[in-house]
Amino acid sequence: MNGIEQEWMMGLAGGLLIGVVVSLNLLTNGWLTGISGYLQAVFRPMEDRRGKIIFTAGLIAGGLLLLLFYPEALPAPAGDTGVLRLAVAGLLVGFGTAMGRGCTSGHGICGVGRLSRRSLTATVLFILSGMVMTWMTGGLS
Amino acid sequence: MKDLIFFLSGLVFALGLGISGMTDPAKVSGFLNVTGAWDPTLLFVMGGALAIFMPAWFFRIRGMARPLVEERFHVPPHGPIEKSLILGAVIFGAGWGLAGYCPGPALTALAGGSVGVLVLVAAMFAGSFLFHKINQRGG
Repeated sequence: MNGIEQEWMMGLAGGLLIGVVVSLNLLTNGWLTGISGYLQAVFRPMEDRRGKIIFTAGLIAGGLLLLLFYPEALPAPAGDTGVLRLAVAGLLVGFGTAMGRGCTSGHGICGVGRLSRRSLTATVLFILSGMVMTWMTGGLS
Repeated sequence: MKDLIFFLSGLVFALGLGISGMTDPAKVSGFLNVTGAWDPTLLFVMGGALAIFMPAWFFRIRGMARPLVEERFHVPPHGPIEKSLILGAVIFGAGWGLAGYCPGPALTALAGGSVGVLVLVAAMFAGSFLFHKINQRGG
């Protein structure tokens, strides 16, 4: 098996795991897993606010586990991505996901998975927009 | 129970992102880089997640009266496509393409201890906060 095939398989494996998590979170807690929405629980009141803050902390805890057992998964920002570029990127991601009410998890998986027209529209648009921005600024590697 | 599920969901979600390579912004950028050396890994990640979630939703969860632990489902109704949805998605995509981080991988990658990721996450919270501030004022 060559490196590229292995990367696709790891992608599929991680994706299946994410699918299980998203399904179980909905099956048990009744919530769609929308990370851009959950993280807003840190600074504004909403239903099940505490649980969403706990989920956000869980993501960071999962990151710490990766750091311990699979540190290659957490490289520093790619290439020559300067701090200013990262700050602008973060602002756009935060603002855009709040305005568009979802990100790759909420729209891209939960919404597309339910064949929601809103989420299908948003997902196509953020992928296209990401492709255009990547084309304009050059890819990271 | 509910809080424990939320915690484990976040934790395992992060592991899924790490295993799949999505916490590496170069791989995400590689998917978006259609005019360069295109990397389809992100499609396998979304495909894998949808292969589980779609049947779980359509064959099982959609028909349930209530979830197992909570009293009710919090699934938004299918609504119209507003201008804010379109503009927001385009703005989000631009930021995603600029650095290769969407919210989940950004929060997960915080553990790596890089100052750059910390800056990006702080800016992400600020951007989200800013939208709600502006939105509030506009009514």
